[in-house]
Amino acid sequence: MEKIPILKMGEFLLVTIQVDMHDRLAMSLQDDLTRLISETEARGVLIDISSLEIVDSFIGRMFGNIAAMSRVLDAETVVVGMQPAVAITLVELGLSLSGVRSALNVDAGMELLRASVNGKGTHGRSLD
Amino acid sequence: MNTVSIDKRGHGLSSILTRKEQDILAEWIREMSESTRRGDLMGASEIKTQCSEFLHLMQQALIAAGSDFQAPAWDKAREMLDNISKSRALQGFSPSETAMFVFSAKRPLFNQIRSAFKDDPEALAAETWSATELLDAMGLYTTEVFQKTREHVIKRQQEELLELSTPVVKLWDGILALPIIGTLDSARTQVVMESLLQAIVQTNSRVAIIDITGVPTVDTVVAQHLLKTVTAARLMGADCIISGVRPQIAQTIVHLGINLLDVTTKATLAAAFKTALDRLGLNFVRDTKS
Repeated sequence: MEKIPILKMGEFLLVTIQVDMHDRLAMSLQDDLTRLISETEARGVLIDISSLEIVDSFIGRMFGNIAAMSRVLDAETVVVGMQPAVAITLVELGLSLSGVRSALNVDAGMELLRASVNGKGTHGRSLD
Repeated sequence: MNTVSIDKRGHGLSSILTRKEQDILAEWIREMSESTRRGDLMGASEIKTQCSEFLHLMQQALIAAGSDFQAPAWDKAREMLDNISKSRALQGFSPSETAMFVFSAKRPLFNQIRSAFKDDPEALAAETWSATELLDAMGLYTTEVFQKTREHVIKRQQEELLELSTPVVKLWDGILALPIIGTLDSARTQVVMESLLQAIVQTNSRVAIIDITGVPTVDTVVAQHLLKTVTAARLMGADCIISGVRPQIAQTIVHLGINLLDVTTKATLAAAFKTALDRLGLNFVRDTKS
Protein backbone atom coordinates (compact mmCIF):
# COMPACT_ATOMS: atom_id res chain seq x y z
CA MET A 1 0.00 0.00 0.00
CA GLU A 2 1.30 3.44 -0.86
CA LYS A 3 2.23 5.67 2.01
CA ILE A 4 2.88 9.34 2.46
CA PRO A 5 6.40 9.88 3.82
CA ILE A 6 6.82 11.98 6.93
CA LEU A 7 10.22 13.62 7.35
CA LYS A 8 11.67 14.78 10.62
CA MET A 9 13.45 18.11 10.39
CA GLY A 10 14.75 19.30 13.75
CA GLU A 11 11.79 19.73 16.01
CA PHE A 12 9.34 19.81 13.11
CA LEU A 13 7.71 17.15 10.97
CA LEU A 14 7.45 17.66 7.24
CA VAL A 15 4.69 16.04 5.16
CA THR A 16 4.60 16.44 1.40
CA ILE A 17 1.48 15.19 -0.30
CA GLN A 18 2.32 14.45 -3.90
CA VAL A 19 -0.33 11.93 -4.84
CA ASP A 20 -4.08 12.20 -5.05
CA MET A 21 -5.48 11.66 -1.60
CA HIS A 22 -8.05 8.97 -1.06
CA ASP A 23 -9.81 8.22 2.17
CA ARG A 24 -7.68 5.24 3.27
CA LEU A 25 -4.48 7.16 2.59
CA ALA A 26 -5.79 10.08 4.61
CA MET A 27 -6.62 7.84 7.55
CA SER A 28 -3.20 6.19 7.51
CA LEU A 29 -1.53 9.60 7.31
CA GLN A 30 -3.51 10.67 10.34
CA ASP A 31 -2.39 7.55 12.25
CA ASP A 32 1.27 7.86 11.25
CA LEU A 33 1.42 11.55 11.96
CA THR A 34 -0.07 11.39 15.45
CA ARG A 35 2.18 8.43 16.29
CA LEU A 36 5.30 10.26 15.08
CA ILE A 37 4.41 13.48 16.90
CA SER A 38 4.23 11.66 20.20
CA GLU A 39 7.35 9.57 19.47
CA THR A 40 9.53 12.48 18.41
CA GLU A 41 7.91 15.13 20.60
CA ALA A 42 7.71 17.36 17.54
CA ARG A 43 6.66 20.97 18.12
CA GLY A 44 5.30 21.64 14.68
CA VAL A 45 3.90 19.94 11.59
CA LEU A 46 4.22 21.38 8.12
CA ILE A 47 1.97 19.90 5.44
CA ASP A 48 2.84 20.83 1.87
CA ILE A 49 -0.14 20.40 -0.44
CA SER A 50 1.13 22.38 -3.42
CA SER A 51 0.69 19.40 -5.76
CA LEU A 52 -2.73 18.48 -4.42
CA GLU A 53 -5.30 19.48 -7.01
CA ILE A 54 -8.46 17.71 -5.92
CA VAL A 55 -10.03 17.77 -2.49
CA ASP A 56 -13.35 16.58 -1.18
CA SER A 57 -15.09 17.25 2.09
CA PHE A 58 -13.47 14.22 3.72
CA ILE A 59 -9.91 15.33 2.93
CA GLY A 60 -10.80 18.88 3.91
CA ARG A 61 -12.08 17.73 7.27
CA MET A 62 -8.99 15.57 7.69
CA PHE A 63 -6.77 18.66 7.62
CA GLY A 64 -8.89 20.16 10.37
CA ASN A 65 -8.70 16.95 12.37
CA ILE A 66 -4.93 16.65 11.99
CA ALA A 67 -4.52 20.23 13.19
CA ALA A 68 -6.75 19.63 16.19
CA MET A 69 -5.02 16.34 17.10
CA SER A 70 -1.58 17.93 16.78
CA ARG A 71 -2.63 20.72 19.07
CA VAL A 72 -3.65 18.18 21.69
CA LEU A 73 -0.16 16.71 21.34
CA ASP A 74 1.31 20.24 21.64
CA ALA A 75 2.36 20.71 18.03
CA GLU A 76 1.39 23.54 15.68
CA THR A 77 0.14 22.65 12.20
CA VAL A 78 0.74 24.78 9.13
CA VAL A 79 -0.67 23.92 5.71
CA VAL A 80 1.36 25.45 2.88
CA GLY A 81 1.00 25.94 -0.87
CA MET A 82 -2.72 25.44 -1.27
CA GLN A 83 -3.81 25.88 -4.89
CA PRO A 84 -6.47 28.51 -5.67
CA ALA A 85 -8.86 25.87 -6.99
CA VAL A 86 -8.50 23.85 -3.80
CA ALA A 87 -9.10 26.93 -1.64
CA ILE A 88 -12.24 27.80 -3.60
CA THR A 89 -13.49 24.22 -3.35
CA LEU A 90 -13.00 24.11 0.42
CA VAL A 91 -14.80 27.43 0.85
CA GLU A 92 -17.67 26.30 -1.35
CA LEU A 93 -17.90 23.10 0.70
CA GLY A 94 -18.30 25.29 3.78
CA LEU A 95 -15.00 24.20 5.31
CA SER A 96 -13.23 27.30 6.55
CA LEU A 97 -10.65 25.21 8.49
CA SER A 98 -10.52 27.85 11.20
CA GLY A 99 -8.14 25.80 13.33
CA VAL A 100 -5.57 25.38 10.59
CA ARG A 101 -2.88 27.94 9.94
CA SER A 102 -1.70 28.36 6.39
CA ALA A 103 1.19 29.91 4.52
CA LEU A 104 1.97 30.58 0.89
CA ASN A 105 5.05 28.37 0.61
CA VAL A 106 7.37 26.17 2.64
CA ASP A 107 9.64 29.09 3.54
CA ALA A 108 6.82 31.16 4.94
CA GLY A 109 5.42 28.08 6.68
CA MET A 110 8.70 27.30 8.44
CA GLU A 111 8.99 30.92 9.53
CA LEU A 112 5.47 30.77 10.95
CA LEU A 113 6.21 27.54 12.82
CA ARG A 114 9.46 28.89 14.30
CA ALA A 115 7.78 32.11 15.36
CA SER A 116 4.90 30.32 17.05
CA VAL A 117 7.15 27.81 18.81
CA ASN A 118 9.53 30.52 20.05
CA GLY A 119 6.64 32.76 21.00
CA LYS A 120 5.10 30.09 23.20
CA GLY A 121 8.27 29.77 25.24
CA THR A 122 10.58 26.80 25.34
CA HIS A 123 8.75 24.75 27.97
CA GLY A 124 11.88 23.20 29.38
CA ARG A 125 13.27 22.28 26.00
CA SER A 126 16.13 24.74 26.40
CA LEU A 127 18.35 21.85 27.49
CA ASP A 128 18.34 20.48 23.90
CA MET B 1 -55.55 17.54 -49.94
CA ASN B 2 -53.89 20.20 -47.92
CA THR B 3 -50.47 19.77 -49.53
CA VAL B 4 -51.98 19.84 -52.99
CA SER B 5 -53.65 23.16 -52.34
CA ILE B 6 -50.44 24.61 -50.89
CA ASP B 7 -48.55 23.48 -53.97
CA LYS B 8 -51.14 25.07 -56.19
CA ARG B 9 -51.12 28.30 -54.23
CA GLY B 10 -47.36 28.42 -54.06
CA HIS B 11 -47.28 27.77 -57.75
CA GLY B 12 -49.52 30.75 -58.44
CA LEU B 13 -47.24 32.98 -56.42
CA SER B 14 -44.13 31.66 -58.12
CA SER B 15 -45.51 32.23 -61.59
CA ILE B 16 -46.45 35.79 -60.66
CA LEU B 17 -42.93 36.33 -59.33
CA THR B 18 -41.43 34.95 -62.52
CA ARG B 19 -43.55 37.03 -64.84
CA LYS B 20 -43.57 40.31 -62.95
CA GLU B 21 -40.18 40.21 -61.27
CA GLN B 22 -39.04 43.63 -62.50
CA ASP B 23 -42.32 45.36 -61.60
CA ILE B 24 -42.36 43.91 -58.13
CA LEU B 25 -38.72 44.79 -57.61
CA ALA B 26 -39.19 48.41 -58.65
CA GLU B 27 -42.27 48.88 -56.51
CA TRP B 28 -40.67 47.09 -53.56
CA ILE B 29 -37.64 49.37 -53.59
CA ARG B 30 -39.86 52.44 -53.87
CA GLU B 31 -41.99 51.18 -50.98
CA MET B 32 -38.91 50.50 -48.88
CA SER B 33 -37.32 53.88 -49.46
CA GLU B 34 -40.60 55.51 -48.42
CA SER B 35 -40.96 53.56 -45.19
CA THR B 36 -37.35 53.52 -44.05
CA ARG B 37 -35.17 56.42 -44.95
CA ARG B 38 -31.86 55.08 -43.81
CA GLY B 39 -29.73 56.34 -46.67
CA ASP B 40 -27.15 57.17 -44.03
CA LEU B 41 -26.59 53.51 -43.24
CA MET B 42 -27.11 51.86 -46.60
CA GLY B 43 -26.76 52.92 -50.21
CA ALA B 44 -29.58 52.58 -52.75
CA SER B 45 -27.59 50.28 -55.00
CA GLU B 46 -26.87 47.92 -52.11
CA ILE B 47 -30.56 47.71 -51.28
CA LYS B 48 -31.39 47.06 -54.91
CA THR B 49 -28.88 44.21 -55.14
CA GLN B 50 -30.22 42.66 -51.96
CA CYS B 51 -33.82 42.92 -53.11
CA SER B 52 -33.30 41.46 -56.54
CA GLU B 53 -31.17 38.64 -55.17
CA PHE B 54 -33.77 37.86 -52.54
CA LEU B 55 -36.62 37.89 -55.08
CA HIS B 56 -34.64 35.47 -57.16
CA LEU B 57 -34.08 33.11 -54.22
CA MET B 58 -37.73 33.39 -53.24
CA GLN B 59 -38.81 32.46 -56.72
CA GLN B 60 -36.60 29.38 -56.78
CA ALA B 61 -37.82 28.28 -53.36
CA LEU B 62 -41.45 28.82 -54.33
CA ILE B 63 -41.04 26.61 -57.39
CA ALA B 64 -39.31 23.90 -55.37
CA ALA B 65 -41.34 23.82 -52.18
CA GLY B 66 -44.29 26.17 -52.40
CA SER B 67 -44.94 28.69 -49.66
CA ASP B 68 -43.80 26.48 -46.76
CA PHE B 69 -41.10 28.69 -45.26
CA GLN B 70 -39.72 25.90 -43.06
CA ALA B 71 -38.99 23.61 -46.02
CA PRO B 72 -35.33 22.83 -46.84
CA ALA B 73 -35.76 24.46 -50.25
CA TRP B 74 -36.04 27.79 -48.44
CA ASP B 75 -32.61 27.35 -46.81
CA LYS B 76 -30.88 29.76 -49.15
CA ALA B 77 -33.54 32.43 -48.77
CA ARG B 78 -33.46 31.99 -45.00
CA GLU B 79 -29.70 32.26 -44.98
CA MET B 80 -29.87 35.50 -46.91
CA LEU B 81 -32.49 36.93 -44.53
CA ASP B 82 -30.21 35.81 -41.74
CA ASN B 83 -27.28 37.77 -43.10
CA ILE B 84 -29.39 40.83 -43.83
CA SER B 85 -30.82 40.91 -40.30
CA LYS B 86 -27.45 40.31 -38.72
CA SER B 87 -25.70 43.04 -40.66
CA ARG B 88 -28.55 45.47 -40.00
CA ALA B 89 -28.57 44.68 -36.30
CA LEU B 90 -24.86 45.47 -36.14
CA GLN B 91 -25.24 48.60 -38.31
CA GLY B 92 -27.73 50.06 -35.86
CA PHE B 93 -31.05 49.59 -37.65
CA SER B 94 -34.11 49.40 -35.41
CA PRO B 95 -36.06 46.10 -35.31
CA SER B 96 -38.97 47.54 -37.29
CA GLU B 97 -36.64 48.98 -39.91
CA THR B 98 -35.10 45.55 -40.29
CA ALA B 99 -38.46 43.79 -40.55
CA MET B 100 -39.55 46.43 -43.06
CA PHE B 101 -37.25 44.78 -45.58
CA VAL B 102 -39.74 41.94 -45.75
CA PHE B 103 -42.98 43.73 -44.99
CA SER B 104 -42.53 46.41 -47.62
CA ALA B 105 -42.77 43.65 -50.22
CA LYS B 106 -46.40 43.08 -49.23
CA ARG B 107 -47.99 45.88 -51.22
CA PRO B 108 -46.23 45.17 -54.57
CA LEU B 109 -46.83 41.46 -54.22
CA PHE B 110 -50.51 41.90 -53.34
CA ASN B 111 -50.98 44.36 -56.20
CA GLN B 112 -49.66 41.78 -58.65
CA ILE B 113 -51.79 39.02 -57.13
CA ARG B 114 -54.86 41.24 -57.39
CA SER B 115 -54.32 41.99 -61.06
CA ALA B 116 -53.49 38.36 -61.87
CA PHE B 117 -56.60 36.89 -60.21
CA LYS B 118 -59.10 39.69 -60.68
CA ASP B 119 -61.60 37.32 -62.31
CA ASP B 120 -61.39 34.62 -59.65
CA PRO B 121 -62.20 35.95 -56.14
CA GLU B 122 -61.75 32.49 -54.60
CA ALA B 123 -58.22 32.11 -55.92
CA LEU B 124 -57.46 35.75 -55.10
CA ALA B 125 -58.33 35.21 -51.44
CA ALA B 126 -56.36 31.95 -51.30
CA GLU B 127 -53.26 33.44 -52.94
CA THR B 128 -53.38 36.56 -50.76
CA TRP B 129 -53.62 34.40 -47.66
CA SER B 130 -50.68 32.20 -48.60
CA ALA B 131 -48.59 35.27 -49.51
CA THR B 132 -49.46 36.90 -46.18
CA GLU B 133 -48.52 33.76 -44.31
CA LEU B 134 -45.23 33.52 -46.11
CA LEU B 135 -44.30 37.18 -45.63
CA ASP B 136 -45.30 37.08 -41.97
CA ALA B 137 -43.14 34.03 -41.41
CA MET B 138 -40.22 35.79 -43.08
CA GLY B 139 -40.83 38.96 -41.09
CA LEU B 140 -40.92 37.08 -37.80
CA TYR B 141 -37.79 35.28 -38.80
CA THR B 142 -35.89 38.51 -39.45
CA THR B 143 -37.00 39.91 -36.11
CA GLU B 144 -35.91 36.75 -34.36
CA VAL B 145 -32.47 36.83 -35.96
CA PHE B 146 -32.21 40.54 -35.20
CA GLN B 147 -33.00 39.86 -31.55
CA LYS B 148 -30.49 37.03 -31.36
CA THR B 149 -27.75 39.17 -32.88
CA ARG B 150 -28.43 41.95 -30.40
CA GLU B 151 -28.43 39.51 -27.50
CA HIS B 152 -25.13 38.17 -28.71
CA VAL B 153 -23.69 41.69 -28.73
CA ILE B 154 -25.00 42.33 -25.21
CA LYS B 155 -23.57 39.06 -23.95
CA ARG B 156 -20.16 39.82 -25.39
CA GLN B 157 -20.18 43.26 -23.82
CA GLN B 158 -21.15 41.74 -20.48
CA GLU B 159 -18.21 39.37 -20.65
CA GLU B 160 -15.84 42.17 -21.54
CA LEU B 161 -17.16 44.21 -18.64
CA LEU B 162 -16.64 41.28 -16.30
CA GLU B 163 -13.02 40.96 -17.31
CA LEU B 164 -12.38 44.68 -17.22
CA SER B 165 -13.86 45.10 -13.80
CA THR B 166 -11.58 42.82 -11.82
CA PRO B 167 -8.04 44.13 -11.98
CA VAL B 168 -5.65 42.94 -9.29
CA VAL B 169 -2.98 45.54 -8.65
CA LYS B 170 0.30 45.11 -6.84
CA LEU B 171 0.87 47.89 -4.30
CA TRP B 172 4.14 46.69 -2.87
CA ASP B 173 6.23 43.57 -2.69
CA GLY B 174 3.88 41.15 -1.02
CA ILE B 175 0.86 43.45 -0.99
CA LEU B 176 -1.97 43.14 -3.50
CA ALA B 177 -5.04 45.32 -3.88
CA LEU B 178 -8.33 44.44 -5.51
CA PRO B 179 -10.57 47.45 -6.07
CA ILE B 180 -14.11 46.22 -6.65
CA ILE B 181 -16.44 48.54 -8.56
CA GLY B 182 -20.12 47.73 -8.98
CA THR B 183 -22.38 45.17 -7.37
CA LEU B 184 -20.96 41.77 -6.48
CA ASP B 185 -23.07 38.89 -7.73
CA SER B 186 -22.18 35.20 -7.72
CA ALA B 187 -20.69 35.19 -11.21
CA ARG B 188 -18.50 38.22 -10.52
CA THR B 189 -17.43 36.90 -7.13
CA GLN B 190 -16.21 33.77 -8.83
CA VAL B 191 -14.09 35.79 -11.28
CA VAL B 192 -12.87 38.13 -8.54
CA MET B 193 -11.96 35.25 -6.25
CA GLU B 194 -10.15 33.32 -8.94
CA SER B 195 -8.13 36.27 -10.19
CA LEU B 196 -7.20 37.32 -6.67
CA LEU B 197 -6.09 33.83 -5.61
CA GLN B 198 -4.18 33.39 -8.86
CA ALA B 199 -2.42 36.69 -8.32
CA ILE B 200 -1.57 35.73 -4.72
CA VAL B 201 0.18 32.61 -5.98
CA GLN B 202 1.95 34.39 -8.84
CA THR B 203 3.24 37.34 -6.84
CA ASN B 204 3.76 35.43 -3.61
CA SER B 205 1.84 38.07 -1.69
CA ARG B 206 1.12 37.75 1.99
CA VAL B 207 -1.44 40.52 2.26
CA ALA B 208 -4.39 41.24 -0.02
CA ILE B 209 -6.54 44.34 0.33
CA ILE B 210 -10.10 44.16 -1.01
CA ASP B 211 -11.33 47.71 -1.54
CA ILE B 212 -15.11 48.05 -1.65
CA THR B 213 -15.31 51.83 -2.07
CA GLY B 214 -16.98 51.27 -5.45
CA VAL B 215 -19.56 48.78 -4.21
CA PRO B 216 -22.85 50.67 -3.90
CA THR B 217 -24.59 48.40 -1.40
CA VAL B 218 -23.59 45.49 0.77
CA ASP B 219 -26.34 43.04 1.55
CA THR B 220 -26.09 39.60 3.11
CA VAL B 221 -25.30 37.98 -0.24
CA VAL B 222 -22.48 40.40 -1.06
CA ALA B 223 -21.10 40.06 2.47
CA GLN B 224 -21.16 36.30 2.17
CA HIS B 225 -19.28 36.49 -1.12
CA LEU B 226 -16.69 38.77 0.47
CA LEU B 227 -16.28 36.40 3.39
CA LYS B 228 -15.80 33.48 1.01
CA THR B 229 -13.03 35.32 -0.79
CA VAL B 230 -11.35 36.24 2.49
CA THR B 231 -11.56 32.65 3.74
CA ALA B 232 -10.16 31.24 0.51
CA ALA B 233 -7.23 33.66 0.64
CA ARG B 234 -6.63 32.78 4.28
CA LEU B 235 -6.59 29.06 3.43
CA MET B 236 -3.81 29.79 0.96
CA GLY B 237 -1.83 31.62 3.60
CA ALA B 238 -2.56 35.24 2.73
CA ASP B 239 -4.14 37.83 5.01
CA CYS B 240 -7.10 39.78 3.70
CA ILE B 241 -8.05 43.30 4.66
CA ILE B 242 -11.35 44.82 3.56
CA SER B 243 -11.08 48.55 3.02
CA GLY B 244 -13.29 51.35 1.82
CA VAL B 245 -16.19 50.56 4.14
CA ARG B 246 -18.41 53.64 4.01
CA PRO B 247 -20.39 54.72 7.09
CA GLN B 248 -23.73 53.70 5.58
CA ILE B 249 -22.33 50.30 4.70
CA ALA B 250 -21.00 49.84 8.24
CA GLN B 251 -24.51 50.62 9.52
CA THR B 252 -26.11 48.20 7.05
CA ILE B 253 -23.70 45.43 8.00
CA VAL B 254 -24.50 45.78 11.69
CA HIS B 255 -28.26 46.04 11.08
CA LEU B 256 -28.18 42.89 8.95
CA GLY B 257 -26.30 41.08 11.71
CA ILE B 258 -23.40 40.08 9.45
CA ASN B 259 -20.40 38.85 11.39
CA LEU B 260 -17.22 40.45 10.09
CA LEU B 261 -15.34 40.06 13.38
CA ASP B 262 -12.79 37.63 11.94
CA VAL B 263 -11.93 40.02 9.13
CA THR B 264 -9.80 43.12 9.40
CA THR B 265 -11.80 46.05 8.05
CA LYS B 266 -10.55 49.58 7.43
CA ALA B 267 -12.32 52.75 6.42
CA THR B 268 -9.87 53.74 3.72
CA LEU B 269 -7.43 52.08 1.36
CA ALA B 270 -4.64 54.18 2.90
CA ALA B 271 -5.34 52.78 6.37
CA ALA B 272 -5.41 49.26 4.97
CA PHE B 273 -2.11 49.81 3.18
CA LYS B 274 -0.55 51.05 6.41
CA THR B 275 -1.76 47.94 8.23
CA ALA B 276 -0.42 45.74 5.47
CA LEU B 277 3.01 47.39 5.71
CA ASP B 278 2.96 46.88 9.47
CA ARG B 279 2.22 43.19 9.04
CA LEU B 280 5.17 42.81 6.71
CA GLY B 281 7.35 44.75 9.16
CA LEU B 282 7.84 47.62 6.74
CA ASN B 283 7.70 51.31 7.51
CA PHE B 284 7.90 54.60 5.65
CA VAL B 285 10.24 57.27 7.04
CA ARG B 286 10.38 60.88 5.88
CA ASP B 287 13.73 61.74 4.37
CA THR B 288 15.02 64.52 6.63
CA LYS B 289 18.02 65.44 4.47
CA SER B 290 16.04 67.20 1.76
